[in-house]
Amino acid sequence: MAAQRYLRSRWLGLSVALVLVVAACGGGATPSPAGTSATPAGSTEPASPDASASVEIGSVVMLSNQLNPVEEAEKMRTEILANFGGQAEFIGAEPGPFNDQVRAQEEAGSGEISVVGGLHGDFSAFAAEGLLMDLTDLVPEVGDVNEEYLELGKLGTGEQYYIPWMQATYIMAARQEAMEHLPDGADINALTWEQVTEWGANILEATGERRLGFPAGEDGLWHRFFQGYAYPAFTGGVNTTFASSQAVEMWTWLTDTWQYVNPQSTTYGFMQEPLQSGEVWVAWDHTARLIDALRNQPDDIVAFPAPAGPEGRAFMPVVAGLAIPNSAPNVAGGRELIKYLLQPDTQATTLTQVSFFPVVTADLPGELEPGTQAEQEAVATMTESSDALPSLLPIGLADQGGAYNQVFRDAFQQIVLEGQAPAGVLESLKANLQEVFTTVEAACWPPDPVTDGVCQVQ
Amino acid sequence: MRRLGWAPYVLLLPSLGYLLLFFATPMVQAFALALQDPAGNVGLASIDRMVRDTNFRNAVFTTVALVVLVLPVQFVLAMAMALVVNARLKGSGLWLYVYALPLGVSELAAGIVWVSIFTQRGWLNTILEGLGVIDRPIIWQSSETFWLLIFTVVIAEAWRATSIIMIILVAGLQAIPPEYLEAADVYGATTWQKVRRVILPMLRPSLQVALILRTILAFQVFATVIALAGTGLRVLAGEAARWATDIDNDNVAAAYAGLILILSIASTVVFLILLPSREEQQL
Repeated sequence: MAAQRYLRSRWLGLSVALVLVVAACGGGATPSPAGTSATPAGSTEPASPDASASVEIGSVVMLSNQLNPVEEAEKMRTEILANFGGQAEFIGAEPGPFNDQVRAQEEAGSGEISVVGGLHGDFSAFAAEGLLMDLTDLVPEVGDVNEEYLELGKLGTGEQYYIPWMQATYIMAARQEAMEHLPDGADINALTWEQVTEWGANILEATGERRLGFPAGEDGLWHRFFQGYAYPAFTGGVNTTFASSQAVEMWTWLTDTWQYVNPQSTTYGFMQEPLQSGEVWVAWDHTARLIDALRNQPDDIVAFPAPAGPEGRAFMPVVAGLAIPNSAPNVAGGRELIKYLLQPDTQATTLTQVSFFPVVTADLPGELEPGTQAEQEAVATMTESSDALPSLLPIGLADQGGAYNQVFRDAFQQIVLEGQAPAGVLESLKANLQEVFTTVEAACWPPDPVTDGVCQVQ
Repeated sequence: MRRLGWAPYVLLLPSLGYLLLFFATPMVQAFALALQDPAGNVGLASIDRMVRDTNFRNAVFTTVALVVLVLPVQFVLAMAMALVVNARLKGSGLWLYVYALPLGVSELAAGIVWVSIFTQRGWLNTILEGLGVIDRPIIWQSSETFWLLIFTVVIAEAWRATSIIMIILVAGLQAIPPEYLEAADVYGATTWQKVRRVILPMLRPSLQVALILRTILAFQVFATVIALAGTGLRVLAGEAARWATDIDNDNVAAAYAGLILILSIASTVVFLILLPSREEQQL
């Protein structure tokens, strides 16, 4: 009897141990240094560098505030990083924690992060604090990258602080049901913002519903609408024309248009959901936040370029980049990761998976699926149109980026939602905006004229 | 009685240490943050910035409105639920589990579920349209209809957090000696009279605890509002989070947190004054 009990408990112990081992190897959804999750569970091959790589790459931790939403991060881990030679660990972070982590690592002098993925504005802040490595010698190894973006990566100095990684922009999309209500003579690929208002009015008259939609919710990128589209299109500038009479016209136009906008817009963060459900028929949003709608309902939803205003067809190219902090534990691995992410294959995967467009000038392999194709066409039409007016993301705002964005959101809240007079609100918010610039001593950026010294808000 | 000496105090030390380290120290640091500006100068600059902000008044008003609206709804509901559970009818054990289910759901998850109900193409509109009550969907989550939006938050919060109060009340109900209720029966009291004259007064200590707890939590309402109203409603906790993460200004965020603390303390004091526990109710 004792022998039986002994055997049974031994089997129990062994099977428990076996279960634990299988669970550890199988891995969950959480990224683990044990390997990229592309290796099938139970594979007996240890994750090892490609035979072609002569360098032992090891573990590379990448912290990024881009591709942070859950679905995008998962695609990064399971698809985009799948063929990386080393063990890449992708960590997405919100802007606040992102800044804290990078700075904390530098202060401590050592840490986990070898590669930092962020936007131009993030790097200009970090570089100003001396946190980033010079990557000039990496440039020849990454292939044909867009020259203008490479130049941006120098942040106005002689050193290459970041390598451009991918780009995105904001476009519009509409459901087929809305197309019959387009104003007479309107060309979907060359609309004006006034025509959009008319469009919304037509829809309201025909259906009794407000079907325009904008991402004015907590997570929505609504502030970019003002910084890259509304302000430049109506006034030709952003900060230097903040409280100008043309700006007042723009706000009046928006208040006017808002009566045709779905009032639930203050809850929208990603326009692809209301577009698919039909709550919204005409939407403006980031390419990565419209892609699901275009992909899932390619016959019902179309993408088109952002409309033009009196001063041009303003749009905002968003350039994301990769940098290596001075305190990176695995510099060689970090360089390999950057090279990997800039390979045409990886750039193509990035485009199809998360709808961020390539920065390499080489032709991408493979065909694009309908949703991505639709976006690619809209973006190309927009960027190549004769009245295109690129408006850059804020540069040099360091930790005041959030405060800067809030000024535009506050203006929207007070003028459009609360119905206050535009001129007065803009005058009072001018001070907040100027405070941001004075605190960080930032200069203006295109489309505002670039001058020496602190940007003067007008 | 045997003198206990220093043993009790030594045994208290770990908890005291924990409280000091993880509660008292951050609280003092938060107050210090609130009394500084981002450059580190001590002063009222951050508090001034908080008060001057466009959203401050709305945040205070909305938070107070939510607290004032949610509490009575929840207390009436919780009382009813507690009486049902306490009646120990057949199957009332099941009701306890059903009522307690929302307790296991995170605030944000609950908010998201209620979004699927209240959104324009959501469950509520579909049901109402199906029943013919409305012709076209009502936009419940519109930023333009303040009270309708508050209504959705009150409903979601009532669903989510009433169980906490109910459980406290159930415990209090079970502590009422049955003799009092039997005596009331003998004197011919109706159910309503029993509730009003016997149960409620005897529940005072539990009511006090539940009220204070729920009010403090209500001042911190955050995820439900974000999920349902987005930027359409501003509440104090939401503003604190926004200043800390979006605007990267910890000082104003700390000022908001301090304001929530002060409001919570003030309401606690009010409840302690209004609902003193009397001797004879402590059994």
